[in-house]
Amino acid sequence: MKNCEYQQIDPQALPTPTPTPPPHQGNDIDEEEKKKKKKKKEEKEPKRPKRKWEVFPGKNRFYCDGRIIVARQSGVLPLTLGLILVTSGLFFIFDCPFLVKHLTSCIPVIGGVLFVFVVITLLQTSFTDPGILPRATPDEAADIEKQIDNTGNTSYRPPPRTKEVLINQQVVKLKYCFTCKMFRPPRTSHCSLCDNCVERFDHHCPWVGNCVGKRNYRFFYTFIVSLSFLTAFIFGCVTTHLALRAQGGKGLVFALQESPGSAVELVICFFSVWSILGLSGFHTYLVASNLTTNEDIKGSWSGKSGEDVTNPYSHRNIFINCCSVLCAPMPPSLIDRRGFLPADESAQTGGTDIELPTLAAKSEINVCTQGTKGLLESAALSPLLSTSCPQGKPQTAHPCPDSSSPAANSDPSPELSTGCGAHHTASSHGDASPPRHTKTRSKKCKRAALHIPNPAFDVPVSPTSPDTGPGSKARGHKGASFAPLH
Amino acid sequence: MAETHSLQDLQQPAVSSKVFIQRDYSSGTICRFQTKFPSELESRLDKQQFEETIQTLNNLYAEAEKLGGKSYLEGCLACLTAYTIFLCMETHYEKVLKKIARYIKDQNEKIYAPRGLLLTDPIERGLRVVEVTIFEDRSIGSGR
Repeated sequence: MKNCEYQQIDPQALPTPTPTPPPHQGNDIDEEEKKKKKKKKEEKEPKRPKRKWEVFPGKNRFYCDGRIIVARQSGVLPLTLGLILVTSGLFFIFDCPFLVKHLTSCIPVIGGVLFVFVVITLLQTSFTDPGILPRATPDEAADIEKQIDNTGNTSYRPPPRTKEVLINQQVVKLKYCFTCKMFRPPRTSHCSLCDNCVERFDHHCPWVGNCVGKRNYRFFYTFIVSLSFLTAFIFGCVTTHLALRAQGGKGLVFALQESPGSAVELVICFFSVWSILGLSGFHTYLVASNLTTNEDIKGSWSGKSGEDVTNPYSHRNIFINCCSVLCAPMPPSLIDRRGFLPADESAQTGGTDIELPTLAAKSEINVCTQGTKGLLESAALSPLLSTSCPQGKPQTAHPCPDSSSPAANSDPSPELSTGCGAHHTASSHGDASPPRHTKTRSKKCKRAALHIPNPAFDVPVSPTSPDTGPGSKARGHKGASFAPLH
Repeated sequence: MAETHSLQDLQQPAVSSKVFIQRDYSSGTICRFQTKFPSELESRLDKQQFEETIQTLNNLYAEAEKLGGKSYLEGCLACLTAYTIFLCMETHYEKVLKKIARYIKDQNEKIYAPRGLLLTDPIERGLRVVEVTIFEDRSIGSGR
């Protein structure tokens, strides 16, 4: 009898079926191709997790791995910054020593405080998300289209779609934005330069290189008010300085010769103080009546058409209007710049339809069992993220050290050290953790990081894991764990 | 061939449709959602429960945006420090957003998930809509 040995076949050892091999000399090529395919497949799976800012549809630029947002055209922001720095620099170098000697040493102190205020608020206005509305998801857009089509016909492109709502007994027309595929909320306007809908759109300021909207209006207002104080202050000081020098019959020319920097300052301040004071006055009026520049220019509430229209957003009290515009709670940024894209969107491979249901089932298990590992991998990936993308290099004056990696390394351990259980307990002291962790980052990065809303994912992809835990960082890292696990 | 469970059955149910609850702008630009009960949910959910959820959400958002003594103080302090204080502390709005996220999670677990529904936190949709995902009901006729 034959001795038949039955060996168990190890499925993993089976070679992948190859197409009919070409003649003998093609063997090497065949193997190479196989290797290439395998490498490609492996490369596709642990693909670098993309952050949402990398696929942002508007015309914005992002720095510091999504922490800083500016418009595509920086406008004359460098000029604005340059003028402020040059004028203030000349002031401190040429005028302050003289004035300290002859008047009081408070002058450089006041000048210094104003200068710091101006620069900080300018940078905040430029680098803050003005209140950009994210574009509608395809499902939302389809739902809105369905509602519109129910009321009209679809044979031709309908006239501009509007919807009327009643706000405080005032009829307001909401327009449909064809770019963002949604009805714009009241006071929202689409900025063509930035290609975004911005809430409470005031105007696009080229001096600042960004739109001015709901979230950064207070920074903008503080900037122009403190700039007008600074300009007026420098103007006054320079005039006093030159007057003191010209005393005793020496004459203005002599004074200017002695202190040439003051001449430059005088010219700059003289021409800018009127326009800046005028702008501050105009915006003070807007704040007091709770209007935007956009509405004022269009005359939306001025009753030009003869109807009895009043501003429905005004609180009818100057003090309350001012407080509601400048002191209201800071709204969160609605575009989640630093959140991670769900892996199937960023992978863009052919097999994504399988990934959709599996992602949902696997997501929670993945976090529980491989949370720490995924975080460490993402921490390793994040330096790659910030250096590989050309926009990641900060081009502005302020340095942003790659604090993302040390911060990322410090994040995982307290938050996900005990796996799944910790994910829920972390939410109870989630309020305490973000401030602690943000101290490791630089100032600008901190500010932008805190403006991110908490959830980081598109829920449709992972319907059974509603991400309602704490801090954006925890979720950001959790998101990164998806990609390596596919 | 009684019990061949396809992989689909063992995984999450498929999404059958989504309902979007739009914003209610009748009191201005504050964040409020319409409490009108959508007809697609009639078979799955109690009208009262739905209205209660939306009303609580509206109240929470109103609390986040409330202009009161505390928010003025926060605003003034922020202005005096050239808004650098936002780098160190969590704003009032962010605290309430966390509360809202917890509330939605809680509602999903207790009320919506057992009925094959899922509420999406509006912040993930830019505070424009409350998205309710309706899952296919696989409990009936799964053996076919």
